Amino acid sequence: MRVGKSTFLHLCLAFSLSLILILILLTLVSAQEVDSLRSSTDSAYTIPDSGLVLVAPVTSLIAEDYKYDDGEQLKLSWVPSIDDQLVDSKVLGYRLFRSIDGGTPEILAKLPPGTNSFLDRTVQRERKYQYYLETFSENFVVQSIVTAAISPEREWLNLDRGWLFIIALFISIAIIFFVEKAKRGHKLYVRKIAGLEAIDEAVGRATEMGRPVLFIPGINDMDDVQTLAALTILGRVSRTIADYDSQIFMPVSRSLVMTAARETIKTSYMAAGRPDAYSDDMVNYVTDEQFGYVAAVDGLMVRERPATVFLLGAFFAESLILAETGNSVGAIQIAGTARPAQLPFFIAACDFTLIGEELFAASAYLSGEPRQLGSLKGQDVGKGLAMSVIILGVLAVTIATAWDVEIMHNVHNWLLGVFSSN
Amino acid sequence: MNRSTYILTAIVVLLFIVSWTLKAVSLSGEVDDNITRGFLITISAFLTLAIFSFLYKDNPFYKFAEHLFVGVSAAFWMCQGFWSTLVGNLFPRLSEGLSNFFMVPYQYSPYNITYWIPVILGLLLLMRLSSKAGWLSRWPLAFIVGTTAGLNFIRYLRSDFVVQVSSTFVPLLGNESHPWTGIGDFFSHLSLSASGQFMMILANWIIFLGVICGLIYFFFSKEHKGVFGFASRIGIWVLMITFGASFGYTVMGRISLLVGRLTFLFRDWLEIIS
Repeated sequence: MRVGKSTFLHLCLAFSLSLILILILLTLVSAQEVDSLRSSTDSAYTIPDSGLVLVAPVTSLIAEDYKYDDGEQLKLSWVPSIDDQLVDSKVLGYRLFRSIDGGTPEILAKLPPGTNSFLDRTVQRERKYQYYLETFSENFVVQSIVTAAISPEREWLNLDRGWLFIIALFISIAIIFFVEKAKRGHKLYVRKIAGLEAIDEAVGRATEMGRPVLFIPGINDMDDVQTLAALTILGRVSRTIADYDSQIFMPVSRSLVMTAARETIKTSYMAAGRPDAYSDDMVNYVTDEQFGYVAAVDGLMVRERPATVFLLGAFFAESLILAETGNSVGAIQIAGTARPAQLPFFIAACDFTLIGEELFAASAYLSGEPRQLGSLKGQDVGKGLAMSVIILGVLAVTIATAWDVEIMHNVHNWLLGVFSSN
Repeated sequence: MNRSTYILTAIVVLLFIVSWTLKAVSLSGEVDDNITRGFLITISAFLTLAIFSFLYKDNPFYKFAEHLFVGVSAAFWMCQGFWSTLVGNLFPRLSEGLSNFFMVPYQYSPYNITYWIPVILGLLLLMRLSSKAGWLSRWPLAFIVGTTAGLNFIRYLRSDFVVQVSSTFVPLLGNESHPWTGIGDFFSHLSLSASGQFMMILANWIIFLGVICGLIYFFFSKEHKGVFGFASRIGIWVLMITFGASFGYTVMGRISLLVGRLTFLFRDWLEIIS
């Protein structure tokens, strides 16, 4: 059958118009579907005609005692509202309410969206507490369940620190073992520490020059172990000074340190058989103010021109000022601190420096007493333990990460658990 | 004091008065209390210069600033100790009468009786003033030393031992971001980029060996010779390099303090810079 050209064109036009009509109809239908879908989605949040933005409450609200404290805290945890977990969250936040001993609930805290826990630090052991949370949107509030009544409890032992206790016990036993060993006459070796070897020489120099010895025990109080270590060394230094009939002066920045230092020097002079040579004026309080103290000590240094300066203890920003002034007056300087930030200044400006642990080892080294030497040996056992554990831990984590060996992952995790910061 | 010192002192006093006057005049349009402000800025500047003069040598102006600083600060700390420790913490827990007297709120607690312990220890410390009962002052000292040692044992065991040990557990071949895929891959992708695998491995080896060698240096009960001595020498090198870096870092901080003082002198006092 042959079809004329005009008939063909009409057919094409009719087909095109039909296609356009179908496309228009399809577009309208899909737009309606999207609208109806959108309205059905919105209906999850908004009650038609009311305008309320509905939100779901939090779930699984639990109040429990905060473990290993003095009975001063309760821990709350919950799963946030399901609406809070959406990208376009309608939840504006939470209000936490607390009722004490069954009384009227009062608002305790207002929490931002996304919060899932709270630590109540304002509780007392003898009271009972109940909590609930309100989830609120722009214009709607919904309440969670109310928790069971709970009282905080006091724990006598912090079991989280069980491993810390075992490590402390291990080191303590090692110290006691070596102390007992030393007491029985077993000779314990301690390597030479250059700064301490120089003490006698430094005091001797001061005696020969007829100039005094200046001792600075840091600027911290008696609650710092570095101050205690400094005073232990002071005992030995002042004994040598008493033996040599030299002079010592010691300006301090803490009243308690003054008292302890006077006791220490007095004991040394008595042990040297020269109690008459002791005077309370050897130790004098200046001020607690850091730089006021430094100004006074610097002035003393340039006026008294000590032959020997001991800078032992806890130092801060004043370390370089003191060490440089001591250096400028030509004194032989022996310094020591456990503060890493100040050690570089002492190393740069002093003749001998006791680095960190050496300051604490000094008392044992100088006294040679079995008890102190045993303690030093016990601490070395602790260092040996640290080295062994580090090597084991590094091996475990290296093998675990490089070759994915499960047992090594377990070893690494176990070591991390034992040596955690709890 | 000799004649030249008197003359110098007179000149400095004159300069102070001139400076104070000029400063007060320059502040007259800006603040109401221009005379007081002028005095405070001038005295601050002169005391700063007096302390700086120690860089030349010890002199009466430095002595004046030193004694003023020591005297004022000693008095301040004594007052601070009395008002914050005794009045602020102790009296409100001891007696309602004392609290009322010092106008601080009484803080009742059934455990307040424990606050008599520091009172007794404090009084025992004052026994030092007595020649006969002076020995009693050793008891509070023994208490302080004992509690300090006990408390610090656990504190340092945690921060300086346990935490340091676990922080040194570093992988020596690779980690999650740079997994170890064999020696061939390692060398074929060798890069000196700071975030690359080579630098990560190098850093971890330095941490590991640095800590072990540092610990060996602080090992006192064995002579440092042979392999032990070699490791100990590496340990002290690691420490010295660390101290060098720390020195530079801290000096930069001190320079900023100096800049702060110079800024005060040139901007607030002399108004040379804006």
